[in-house]
Amino acid sequence: MQHVPLLHILIVSTALFFIGMYGMFTRRNLITILMSLELMLNSVNINLAAFQRYLYPQQTDGIFLSLFIIIIAAAEAAIAIAIIIHLYRTYHSVDVEDASELKY
Amino acid sequence: MMPASAIAFYLIAAFLLITALLSVTGRQIFRSAIWLLFSLLGVAAIYFWLELNLLAAVQIVVYVGGIVVLIIFSVFLTRGSVQELPTLKKSRHFFALLAVISGFLFTVWCLWLYGYRQKATDAVVADIRTVGKQMLSIEAGGYALPFEMVSILLLASMVACIAIAMKLPDSKTTNTLK
Repeated sequence: MQHVPLLHILIVSTALFFIGMYGMFTRRNLITILMSLELMLNSVNINLAAFQRYLYPQQTDGIFLSLFIIIIAAAEAAIAIAIIIHLYRTYHSVDVEDASELKY
Repeated sequence: MMPASAIAFYLIAAFLLITALLSVTGRQIFRSAIWLLFSLLGVAAIYFWLELNLLAAVQIVVYVGGIVVLIIFSVFLTRGSVQELPTLKKSRHFFALLAVISGFLFTVWCLWLYGYRQKATDAVVADIRTVGKQMLSIEAGGYALPFEMVSILLLASMVACIAIAMKLPDSKTTNTLK
């Protein structure tokens, strides 16, 4: 792995982040929006892991930041799915356009 | 001639990005959940390639084993798997693509300007024993406080999930919308 510069890993994670962002912009289904959000969180984790491995391989702070991000993402996904299921029960749809009571 | 590890990295990166694109553009929600699973496995492969084995194991256990299964369950519970997703207006796709591509190019340009030409060193990565000791250490540089905070957060989110998803008795549901 001495032959891949750090820049290439950062470009891969940037591409992953913007793929997730494209999903956020174009999807109208709450579950697929959640999936795009997971992609974006993963791209941030790749960044932290790459910086940790390339710049400070002896230290562990990058691993810890990624670990805590993974844990909080798990909590967030669980709550989001509980909200989605409750919304489905109330509106019989998981489309964000249908849940507009709080709009305006 | 590229060395084998570089070829492995570019293969993993291509797999990761292609499956992520398929997951974001697929019209059937169940299939895009499966593509998301492969994409998260690709992220775990990148962690393995970076020799961060603990992170890769956690990624597989939590994301692939937990979150994707949760997402697939919610797809089934909300009957979204049978119908295809509606297609959006052309203009919306155009502006989304414009924003995403310009943002990507701008970020890559900034990274390029800064450099980041570092090569990885041969130094040994901190092993799992060090990580575990530091996780529960209360000395300087230890992570005992965030560890406890995260455990409280997980407990709170579990209670919140039950409170949100609990089915209310019929007398109370008349107050809710529709």
